[in-house]
Amino acid sequence: MSPKTATARNPDKPRDTGEHEELISGSEAIAHACRLADVDVITAYPIRPYDTVMQYVAGMISNGDFDCEYIVAESEHSQFEIVKHASAVGARVFVGSSGVGWFYAFEALAVTAGLRLPMVAMVGNRALDDPGAFGVEHNDALAVRDLGWMLCWVETAQEALDTALIAYRVAEDTRVRLPCAISCDGAFLTHSQAIVKVPSQKMVDSFLPPYDRGDKQLHPDNPITIAPQANEDWLMEMRKQNDMAARRARGVIIEAYEDLNKKFGRGGEPFIERYMMEDAEIALVGMGTLAMPVKVAVRKMRAQGKKVGFVRVRWFRPFPTIELQDALKGVKAVGVIDRDYGFGSGFHSGVLANELRAALYPSKNRPKIASFIAGLGGREVTADNVVEITGLTRDAGNGKLDDQDTIWIGVRE
Amino acid sequence: MSTGSVEVIYRGIFQKTLAKNICRGIVFAARKEGKIGIAFGRYGDSPERNGIPAKQFAVVSNTEDELQEYLSRYEPNNNDVTISCDDTLCKGVESWAWYGLQPINKLLAKNGTLLVVSTQSANKLIKIIHRKGAPYKLATVKAAASFSGLWVYKDDHTDVRLLGALAKVAPHIVSIDSILSAIKDQWKNDKKVASAKKAYDDASTSPVGAEQGSEEIPFSFDLPGWTKMEEGLVIRGQKSEQKNVAGWEGGYVPGRNETFKKFSTRTMRPAINFDTCTKCTLCWLNCPDTCFDISPDGFYDANMQACCGCGVCEAVCPVEDCITMVNEEAFEDNNSQWEMWRKDKKKYAVWLTEKISNKPARSHGFHHVGQYAEEIANES
Ligand code: SF4
Ligand code: SF4
Repeated sequence: MSPKTATARNPDKPRDTGEHEELISGSEAIAHACRLADVDVITAYPIRPYDTVMQYVAGMISNGDFDCEYIVAESEHSQFEIVKHASAVGARVFVGSSGVGWFYAFEALAVTAGLRLPMVAMVGNRALDDPGAFGVEHNDALAVRDLGWMLCWVETAQEALDTALIAYRVAEDTRVRLPCAISCDGAFLTHSQAIVKVPSQKMVDSFLPPYDRGDKQLHPDNPITIAPQANEDWLMEMRKQNDMAARRARGVIIEAYEDLNKKFGRGGEPFIERYMMEDAEIALVGMGTLAMPVKVAVRKMRAQGKKVGFVRVRWFRPFPTIELQDALKGVKAVGVIDRDYGFGSGFHSGVLANELRAALYPSKNRPKIASFIAGLGGREVTADNVVEITGLTRDAGNGKLDDQDTIWIGVRE
Repeated sequence: MSTGSVEVIYRGIFQKTLAKNICRGIVFAARKEGKIGIAFGRYGDSPERNGIPAKQFAVVSNTEDELQEYLSRYEPNNNDVTISCDDTLCKGVESWAWYGLQPINKLLAKNGTLLVVSTQSANKLIKIIHRKGAPYKLATVKAAASFSGLWVYKDDHTDVRLLGALAKVAPHIVSIDSILSAIKDQWKNDKKVASAKKAYDDASTSPVGAEQGSEEIPFSFDLPGWTKMEEGLVIRGQKSEQKNVAGWEGGYVPGRNETFKKFSTRTMRPAINFDTCTKCTLCWLNCPDTCFDISPDGFYDANMQACCGCGVCEAVCPVEDCITMVNEEAFEDNNSQWEMWRKDKKKYAVWLTEKISNKPARSHGFHHVGQYAEEIANES
């Protein structure tokens, strides 16, 4: 049973133009992924920088390139509620927000994971208000990290497009059925246009099967109730199911990357990217577009013969514990750069640093971990900042620097 | 070095699509030569309010690694070319994210080219552009600033004319052949190709010496550190103070935040006829930026450190021709008009008439459906 109807695209336009290059931003890349995934229902509510996706989706619809139910809601809460219900009746959905907009939808965010609805969202990462800053911080998306959402961060527009397709495949897989948020750093990704390979419809169709809820589809022909009231006699078992789904996601993600690499000839390693990590003695770790200045600096330091590498965390949930243990075994010291904060947390660290500490604790010969907070509110993290961080990390490895505290980089005293 | 970068400074909202077209055009043209490129806006300059100075950049290169150096930057400096889409931006730009007045040529590389859309002569422009301290070149594309709306675009070929001129002043970034071929691909419009070619043929540069230009020290201030900033996101109210102007005793001058000025947003300013003003208070009440100082004799004097040039005062003033919005190009300073009028009323009347009559009209962008089609028809 699948009431999904065929889409009615503009008959004058070729249905499939083949894989081709376009000069597009990260937001536009996500909109292309929605078009190629033939998403049925999209809801929108404007907030910068996520709103750029809204504009591109609206443009595609008005140009006749894309047919979907496009609803501009009256708030983020409704925006996420509408797609939640649409997902339950069998529609493939897309939604998104930024900063406090994402927080305004928080109730809907929590229930979506509980209901195991495979919503795919784009978070255009933005600092939380107040003050009303527009630049990137990761605390918005990270707030749902323990609720069952899968979370990933991307570095380029190409990766945004490809990862959105992966997100649909993984989220909708019957073994998983969990929502997934793709984080795109405000400005550095959402407002930067690069040349992107836009895959053909045929390629995408071969990679991404249609969304099929089977007998869990809310439909008059399939009378079911979802989301009843339940108390302590039921709840813990439900949570355990959720936990198992989150565990199973790992294998499904690995499968998806294998298939993407095979069919698209790109995609790389699931979960993490290892950059110049062979023989690295000092490893830096971070997420999102922070990778750009870090890679520039790592190349410069490598040219000077310094054994420095970088691990970019691509998936934060499920957290790549095994991959990080593997990538960081044998290094002397690790410097974690958080573009987020964890006020009052252990070691006053950002979220990534403390997750990584926990992940490496059981490792044999675990490295020293120095933690840094940088680039808040979209402040530029320069290659020089990264060189400074690398030096401090080396000091932590040699015991010359207290590794039980967190250092803020680039903050005015 | 095989990398080339272009900074495009534009008026927020009004020229957003223009800036985007220019940056995309550069990357498409570079692609024709087998190079790769990126085009990006730095929206810290936003939220784009009407007229606010904002920026986009285009960078082209042979390798991904070189491009990455630029993508990770907030505002690339050492740009080969800076394009100013409106000549009033030459007075300096203070965008949402810039704390102080940034000279238009600040991020331009030594010996780079500043390319300005203007009907003014190079000599006149140099007078208002801050000294760079290093030599550079100046080129103009002769036109009035092209203003559109957020959702509508006035396709008057300013985009392709700038692309054509760019190929002339910086052929190492993109050649004219690549530019023309990219324009043909993108717009499929031979007239736009012809406009670009003509701009290429017409473009010429004049050298500007390191010490040539306005001597004004651009307004700036120190950003406090976390140990000095007041906690809890508090900004203290500004004390009202008397104006440091001879004869200004009494009246009311609201306290103004010394670190937040908006005058570089302005493309027009109100010129006020105090002889016909009835002191009705409407301009003072309706100005969205609380610009009006009340003079000792009860007149309303628009403070040019605060005015963003929105034109509301002109619209609400009930007296005919009492407030007239005049192209910012006509003014060299931000001095008090009331003060000038009080000193010499006859001289002021002559000054006012001259300002209002001689200067080219400007628009505030989009008003009604079909406007741009009408304007383009009238111009050609
Ligand atoms: S144009 Fe008039 S209303 Fe607008 S900010 Fe200036 S003084 Fe105020
Ligand atoms: S609105 Fe016109 S008449 Fe009224 S006070 Fe202002 S300038 Fe004078």
